[in-house]
Amino acid sequence: MSPKTLYDKIWDAHVAHEAEDGTCLLYIDRHLVHEVTSPQAFEGLRMANRKVRAPEKTIAVPDHNVPTTTDRANAATMTEDSRIQVEALDKNAKDFGINYYPVSDIRQGIVHIVGPEQGWTLPGMTVVCGDSHTATHGAFGALAHGIGTSEVEHVLATQTLIQKKSKNMKVEITGKLRPGVTAKDITLSVIGATGTAGGTGYVIEYCGEAIRDLSMEGRMTVCNMAIEGGARAGLIAPDEKTFAYIMGRPHAPKGAQWEAAMAWWKTLYSDDDAQWDKVVTLKGEDIAPVVTWGTSPEDVLPITATVPAPQDFTGGKVDAAQRALDYMGLTPGQKLTDIAIDTVFIGSCTNGRIEDLRAAAAILKGKKKKDGLRAMVVPGSGLVRAQAEEEGLAQIFIDAGFEWRMAGCSMCLAMNPDQLAPGERCASTSNRNFEGRQGYKGRTHLVSPAMAAAAAITGHLTDVREMM
Amino acid sequence: MDKFDKLSGIAAPLPLVNIDTDMIIPKQFLKTIKRSGLGVNLFDEMRYDREGNEIPDFVLNKPAYRDAQILVAGDNFGCGSSREHAPWALLDFGIRAVISTSYADIFYNNCFKNGILPIVLPPEQVAVLMKDAEKGANARIEIDLENQTVTAADGTAFHFEVDPFKKHCLLNGLDDIGLTMEKSAAIDAFETKASAARPWV
Repeated sequence: MSPKTLYDKIWDAHVAHEAEDGTCLLYIDRHLVHEVTSPQAFEGLRMANRKVRAPEKTIAVPDHNVPTTTDRANAATMTEDSRIQVEALDKNAKDFGINYYPVSDIRQGIVHIVGPEQGWTLPGMTVVCGDSHTATHGAFGALAHGIGTSEVEHVLATQTLIQKKSKNMKVEITGKLRPGVTAKDITLSVIGATGTAGGTGYVIEYCGEAIRDLSMEGRMTVCNMAIEGGARAGLIAPDEKTFAYIMGRPHAPKGAQWEAAMAWWKTLYSDDDAQWDKVVTLKGEDIAPVVTWGTSPEDVLPITATVPAPQDFTGGKVDAAQRALDYMGLTPGQKLTDIAIDTVFIGSCTNGRIEDLRAAAAILKGKKKKDGLRAMVVPGSGLVRAQAEEEGLAQIFIDAGFEWRMAGCSMCLAMNPDQLAPGERCASTSNRNFEGRQGYKGRTHLVSPAMAAAAAITGHLTDVREMM
Repeated sequence: MDKFDKLSGIAAPLPLVNIDTDMIIPKQFLKTIKRSGLGVNLFDEMRYDREGNEIPDFVLNKPAYRDAQILVAGDNFGCGSSREHAPWALLDFGIRAVISTSYADIFYNNCFKNGILPIVLPPEQVAVLMKDAEKGANARIEIDLENQTVTAADGTAFHFEVDPFKKHCLLNGLDDIGLTMEKSAAIDAFETKASAARPWV
């Protein structure tokens, strides 16, 4: 048998039909649904009198629009259009009989945090969602990617997607990370090295000692931003850490099924002599805590660097860099650590898991945020929130002057009331620093949770290593 | 979905690289449960000031480009979020084709589901068409999907590649779901086989 990559193996196990030109129907094992990209898809089903083919494999949770203030049970906390979207999801979940975690359920949270937490996401699966950060689930060795609303409707109706296979890309992070360097710094550094289109047309498998050393939470952070590098999906081969994370979760297999699943899961790795279409290698020891300075995730530099000048770039990036500097209100040559911030946001599907909150709390313990700075922690799910309260992390955040919020996407994309004002500058653990992403004319610097905590204390972008 | 076969029209130049879907349609317009009506908010934050007044410098506000049916854009157009609201907004404005050196994967697929043709050409050919686009109404670009050509204003034709299945669907305005449902026997057979092999799924 010819050697295969992990992606090849998962792909081959899910082709339900292949046409002569290589167009495949890929069977989908898990379909995650949220309120923003699904209403038109359900409406399409109704208009055509179609059903959801596999409601038991379909999981819905409202996350993008929901308020994260503790008074959110009060309907007045939501704008009318947001409320209509959430109510549409309530109704669609009920009408079509799909698994659902409503806002009032403690298990509610960001769809990409809820899926793994509840054991819906398992190695070797195909997982899709009408959300680009579906790549997160690749941390389990599942082929997971975002789709548009037409494709959401297609999966609801047929449990398949029309696909052509992507190419294989290996991203290897060798050796150990230095202290203060996290999964977020790895994933941003990879995008810095390859660019936001470096992964276009590929599925990335992340491997190497530094990846193996990461917890499942860290691996989810790495895979989450595969899309920011342009890749269709990011993957990490499952190992003992993966199996330990899954075991005992509500929808994980049990008993004899667990044994059968494990037997297959242990075959899910890339063969030694597998063929790669592209290989990128970074040394773990070369990765520093990083921060973005511009309006694309590829605009990333070590925190010790200075703001670049447009002439440091070539081609269309010269104009883009100038536009980014104007938008961000930065001057070439300025030290990144001199950039003062107004807001700190800790949360999102990139960094809203328990380990992220632990990392931020470790820096904040016994300290206070800078006066006048707005700081909020938005746990990725109600269960993350409960666990953080049990571990005493919530109190550390509250004592440091942070707002302790309910679960949701919140200021990552600012569809709910959590937004930046024009010109306001934020150190954010989210995934996109696009123009207007966190609010009209808002300015975003992407960082790790520990770096966000450090910035909250000093009021400017800060090298977290000086606080450790 | 509307068919796409030939198009001859004015193209609007957007030479910026990495135009993301947040730029194409900002999140405040995703709170809709419909597909239509988004054209007025296409490129909203580049197109209007905070008071809702048009920013005269923005290309789609210039008289020559108000009826543009084609966009010529910088590299990696449509990166970021999976929101299909981006092609819905383009289509609602009247854009039926985009020309660039590259697109983000999800956006690229979403276009085909909505009767929009995203054309990939090498940088030097995109540069020629960008120059044409800058001439506004003085230059029309012609697109022929059947023959896979884009013809610049001076008559030079550039060939582009497109997946045969996607081309077929676009030429005929076909509904993917209907096509897939014709293969439901294959899906049934796969489900039976897969649930025996992986009963825990």
